[in-house]
Amino acid sequence: MNVALGRAVLGGALGQHRGRLALATLAIALGVALGFAVAIINATAVSEFEGGMRTLSGEADLEIRGARSGFDETIYARVTADRDVAAASPVVEVEARIAGRDDALRIVGIDAFRAAVVTPALVGAASDPLDLLRPGLVYVTPAVLAWLRVADGDSLVVQAGQRDVPLQIAGTLAGAADQRLGAMDIAAAQDLFGRGGTLSRIDVRLRPGVDAGAVRERLARLLPPGTAIAAPSDNASTMARMTLAYRVNLNVLALVALFTGGLLVFSTQALSVVRRRAQFALLRTLGLTARALQGWMLVEGALLGVLGSAIGLGAGIALAAVALQMLGADLGAGFFRGDLPALSIAPWAAVTFGALGIAATLTGSLLPARDAAHAAPAAALKAGDDERAFARLRHPRVAAMLLVAGALATLLPPVGGLPLAGYAAIAMLLVGTLLLLPQIAARLLAWVPQPRSASGRLAVLQLRSAPGAITVSLATTVASVALMVSMAIMVASFRVSLDAWLERLLPADVYVRAAAAGDSGWFDVDAQAAMRGIEGVARVDFLRVQSVLLDPQRPRVTILARDLPAADPGSALPLVGDAVAVPAGGPPPVWISEAVADLSALKPGATLQLPLANGLHPFIVAGLWRDYARQQGAIVVERAVYVRLTGDTTANDAAVWLRPGVSVAEFRTRLDQAWSGASGLTLATPGEIRTLSLRIFDRTFAVTYALEAAAVVIGLVGLSSAFGALVLARRREFGVLRHLGMTRGQVRGMLAIEGLLVSGIGLIVGMLLGFVMSLILIHVVNRQSFHWGMELHMPWWPLLALAVVLLVLAVITTQASARAATAEDAVRAVRDDW
Amino acid sequence: MIELRAVERHFGGPRPRVVLRDVHLHVAAGEMVAIRGESGSGKSTLLNIIAGLERPDAGTVTVAGLALAALDDDALTRFRRLQVGFVFQAFHVLPYLNVGDNVALPLTLQGVHGDASRARVLAMLDSVGLADRMASPPRELSGGELQRVAIARALVHRPAIVLADEPTGNLDPDSAAEIISLLRERMAAEGACGVLVTHSDDAARRADRVFTLRAGTLAPQEVTPR
Repeated sequence: MNVALGRAVLGGALGQHRGRLALATLAIALGVALGFAVAIINATAVSEFEGGMRTLSGEADLEIRGARSGFDETIYARVTADRDVAAASPVVEVEARIAGRDDALRIVGIDAFRAAVVTPALVGAASDPLDLLRPGLVYVTPAVLAWLRVADGDSLVVQAGQRDVPLQIAGTLAGAADQRLGAMDIAAAQDLFGRGGTLSRIDVRLRPGVDAGAVRERLARLLPPGTAIAAPSDNASTMARMTLAYRVNLNVLALVALFTGGLLVFSTQALSVVRRRAQFALLRTLGLTARALQGWMLVEGALLGVLGSAIGLGAGIALAAVALQMLGADLGAGFFRGDLPALSIAPWAAVTFGALGIAATLTGSLLPARDAAHAAPAAALKAGDDERAFARLRHPRVAAMLLVAGALATLLPPVGGLPLAGYAAIAMLLVGTLLLLPQIAARLLAWVPQPRSASGRLAVLQLRSAPGAITVSLATTVASVALMVSMAIMVASFRVSLDAWLERLLPADVYVRAAAAGDSGWFDVDAQAAMRGIEGVARVDFLRVQSVLLDPQRPRVTILARDLPAADPGSALPLVGDAVAVPAGGPPPVWISEAVADLSALKPGATLQLPLANGLHPFIVAGLWRDYARQQGAIVVERAVYVRLTGDTTANDAAVWLRPGVSVAEFRTRLDQAWSGASGLTLATPGEIRTLSLRIFDRTFAVTYALEAAAVVIGLVGLSSAFGALVLARRREFGVLRHLGMTRGQVRGMLAIEGLLVSGIGLIVGMLLGFVMSLILIHVVNRQSFHWGMELHMPWWPLLALAVVLLVLAVITTQASARAATAEDAVRAVRDDW
Repeated sequence: MIELRAVERHFGGPRPRVVLRDVHLHVAAGEMVAIRGESGSGKSTLLNIIAGLERPDAGTVTVAGLALAALDDDALTRFRRLQVGFVFQAFHVLPYLNVGDNVALPLTLQGVHGDASRARVLAMLDSVGLADRMASPPRELSGGELQRVAIARALVHRPAIVLADEPTGNLDPDSAAEIISLLRERMAAEGACGVLVTHSDDAARRADRVFTLRAGTLAPQEVTPR
C-alpha cells in the first residue's frame, strides 16, 4: 500500500474528527478493559481455587467424597484393602466458626501418618510427632497467623455445637502457606465437631503404573449411595462449572460494552465517510482503486482498535486490581473466599480481548468502508448525495431474517448449561432492529403531525428526508437504551421477586442461627428444648441444613429438613405451580427447587431417591418451589421424616414465633440470659434478614450497574457526537436559511425539535427493544443460567428518569451543536459550494 | 427602493484594505442594476451590505424605506424574510426538501401554509417551467433547473428586492442566457427591483444600468444594449 495515498485518505479523518475518534477509541478501550478485567479476576479466582485444591489433595490420584456431613468411615477399611491402593488418607473437614468473629476457618482432621504419604502439606511441623495426635492442638498456615493476628502457642477458640472450645496453635502448615487452613488429629476433630464415625473425604494414592480408571471403577462399586470417587482435578472442574454461568454473564456484559463501542466507531466512521465523500470521489477519480480505498479505511479502523485495545488492556489490569481489592475474586457474588490473591494475568485473555477490540473497530468500519469504496465518484462529487450514501446501509431483508432467527433462538435449550441461544437471540434482535431503524424511523416520523411553525416544519421535513442519517446517529443510542432498559427491568424484576420471596419465606417473628459462619455450630435436642422453654415463645420451628451428592458431576444439593404444615405447604414455601397430593402410606413428600427440577429433569409426582444416612430413600416430588439462595438446588424434606431416616436430631436454624405483647428485644434479652452455649448465636428479624439479603443482592449486581452505566455513557456520547457531526455538516444549510430570513433562534429551535424527535425515536425503539430483551433475560438467560424464575416488574420511575435525562441531554447537546453551527457568519457558511 | 449613501467597508487583519469607498447607489422600484468587477473587488460585500448580512463601517443603507443601521440582528433577519429574495451561484437548494418545499421556504418562514402557499408555489413553478417537478427531489434536477427553482424561491414571497450573486456562474452559456431572461422577466412581473452581481457581459447587458467596482469605487459603465 502506498503510504502517501494512505496519508491522503486518513489525513482528513485524523485531522478533522479528532474528538470523535478519541471518544470512539475510549469506548473500545472501555469494552476491552472491562472484558480483560473480568478475565483476570476469573483467572485469579480459579488459580486461587486450584492452588487450594492442589494443597488439599497433595499426591492423591483419587478422592472419595459424599454428603457435606460425611459418610460412613467403615468405607476407609474397604478402600485400603484394595490391592492397587498404595495409601489412603481419611479426612474430616469442618468450617469452624472462630469465636468472636463472623468468620469460619476450614479445619481438616487428618491421620498424620497417612496424610504424610498422600497430602504432606496438611501435616504440621511438630517438634514432638506425638503432638500431631494430641486433641486440643491445631496446626495453622502462616496465612491464618497473619489473618487472625495470632502466633504459635496462642489459643484459637472455635465453636463446636453450642460450645466455644479453645485449641492451642502447636505449629504451622508451611506447605500450604497461602491458604487459610488448620489441621488437627482426625479422631479429635470427629469428637470435637460431632462427626464420630464419619469421614468427609478419603484421599487415595495408587500404586505406580496401575490403571487409575479400572481402580476407580472397582472402588466405586464399594461406595454407598451419595458418595463418589473422582480425580481431584474433576472436583476443581465441578467448582469451575459452578461459577461458569456467573463468569459467562460478566463476560457477556463486557462484550456488550465492546459492541456499543463498535457501534460508536460505526457511527463515527459512517458520518466521517459521508463528510469525506467528495474527497474520496476525487481520489477515486485521480486513480485510487476501490480496493485500496476500502483497505485504507479499514486500516483507519484497525488503528483505532489497536490504540483502544492497548489502552483497554492496561486499564483492564488496573481495573482488575481495584475490583479485587474492593469486591473480592468473585466480584461480590459470594463464590470464593479467602485472602486477596495475586493477580493472575492470562496471556490468552490479553490476546483475545485485544483482538476483540480490533475486531469491533474493523466491523464498525466495514460498512462505511464498503460504502466509501463503492460510491460512484461522479455522483459522490455532486451535492446532496449524502442520504443516498446512508441508504446503502439499509438491509431490511437481513434485518427481518435476524429478527425471526432471534425469536426462534429463544426456544432453544441451553448449551453445556449456558444460555448461548438466549444471548444469540438478544444479539440478533438487537442487530436486526438496528438494521431496520431507517424503516422504523420513517414510519414513526410519518405519524408526527406537520407543525405550523417554520422551525418545526423544517425539522420534521428534514428528518423525514434523512432516515439514514438518523439511523447512524441513533444506532449507539438505541443499543445502549435497549441494553440499559433490559438490564434495569431484569434487575428490578429479580429484586422485587427476591423481596417478595423473602417475605414469604420468613413468616416468624425472629430467626436464630446456631453459628454466624461455618458449619461447626448446631442446636442439639437440649438446646432446642431450652429455646422452646424461653418465656414469651409461642412456637419454634427448627431447620436442619445438609447437603448431599445427587450427581457426582455436579456440586452438592442442599437438603432443608424443616417443619412444614403438610396440609398446606404453600403457606410456608413459595411454591411454583400446583403441589401434587402424596398418597398416604407411600414414600414421603419432598419439595424441590426449580434448579433441582431443571438439573435433574424432575416434575411433581416423580420419585426421587435421596442418599441419606448411607442409603437411598425414595421420596415423591410433591411440588416445586422458588429458591433464590441456593443456585445448585435445594430439596425440602419434612424434618420428622429426616430425623426418622437419619437419626440426626440436630438443627442449624430456628424460626421463633413470640406470644402477643413480647417484643424481639425482650426475647433477645431472655435468650441471652437463658443461653449458656457458645457466643456465636446470631439473631435476626425478618426485616434485618431482608435488608442484608437485598444489600448482598445489590453488591452482586454492582458490576452489572457499573457496566450498565458505562453502556449509557457510551450511548449518550454516541448520540451527542453523531448529532454534533450532522449539525456541523449542515452549516451551509443554516447559512442559506439565515439568508432567507430564519433567525438564529429559529435555527436553534429547529435543531432542538430535531434532537427531541431523534432521541424520542431512539427512546421508543430502545425501550421497546429493551422490554423484549428483558423478557429473554428473565425467561431464557436467567432461567437457563441460574434455574430460577421471577415475576416481571417494570421499574417505571427509573425508566421515566432515563427518558427525561436522555431527552434533556439530547436537547442540551443539540443546542451546543446548534450554537457552534449558527455562530458562524451566514455569509461565510454559504460561500463554499454544496 | 435601494439607497446607499457614502458606504465604506474596510477589512482588518494582517493585510488591511478598503473594499468599498464612498459608494453611492440608488435602485428604483422595478429597476435592475448589474455590478461588475474583478474577483475580490467587493461585489459580494456590496450585496451583503444591501441584504443586511454585513454592516458598513460608514454611510447609510436604506432598503424599502428601512434604514438598516437601526435594525438589530433579528430585525434584519425579518427584513430579509419579507423584503429580500436571493439567487446564489451555487443554487443552495436544500437537498432534503423537494422542489415545492424549497420554493415554499420563504412562505414557510413567514407562516404562510396550506392552500395559499401551495397555490403560490405552483404558480411560481409554472412561471419558471417546472410545474411538473414540484414533488421531485433536487438531486434529479440539472443545474439550469436548480437555478430556476432558486429564482422561484427568490420571488415566491413577493420581495421588494432580489439580490443575485453570479446566478449564471455555474451554468453553460445557453442556460445562463435563459436564466437571466427568466430572472428579469419574473422580477418585472412581480414588481421587484434587483441587483445582479456578475462577470458575464451577456448577463450585464440585460440590466437597466451597469456599474463597475474597481478599487472600492463604484462607477457607472456604458454597455451596448442587446
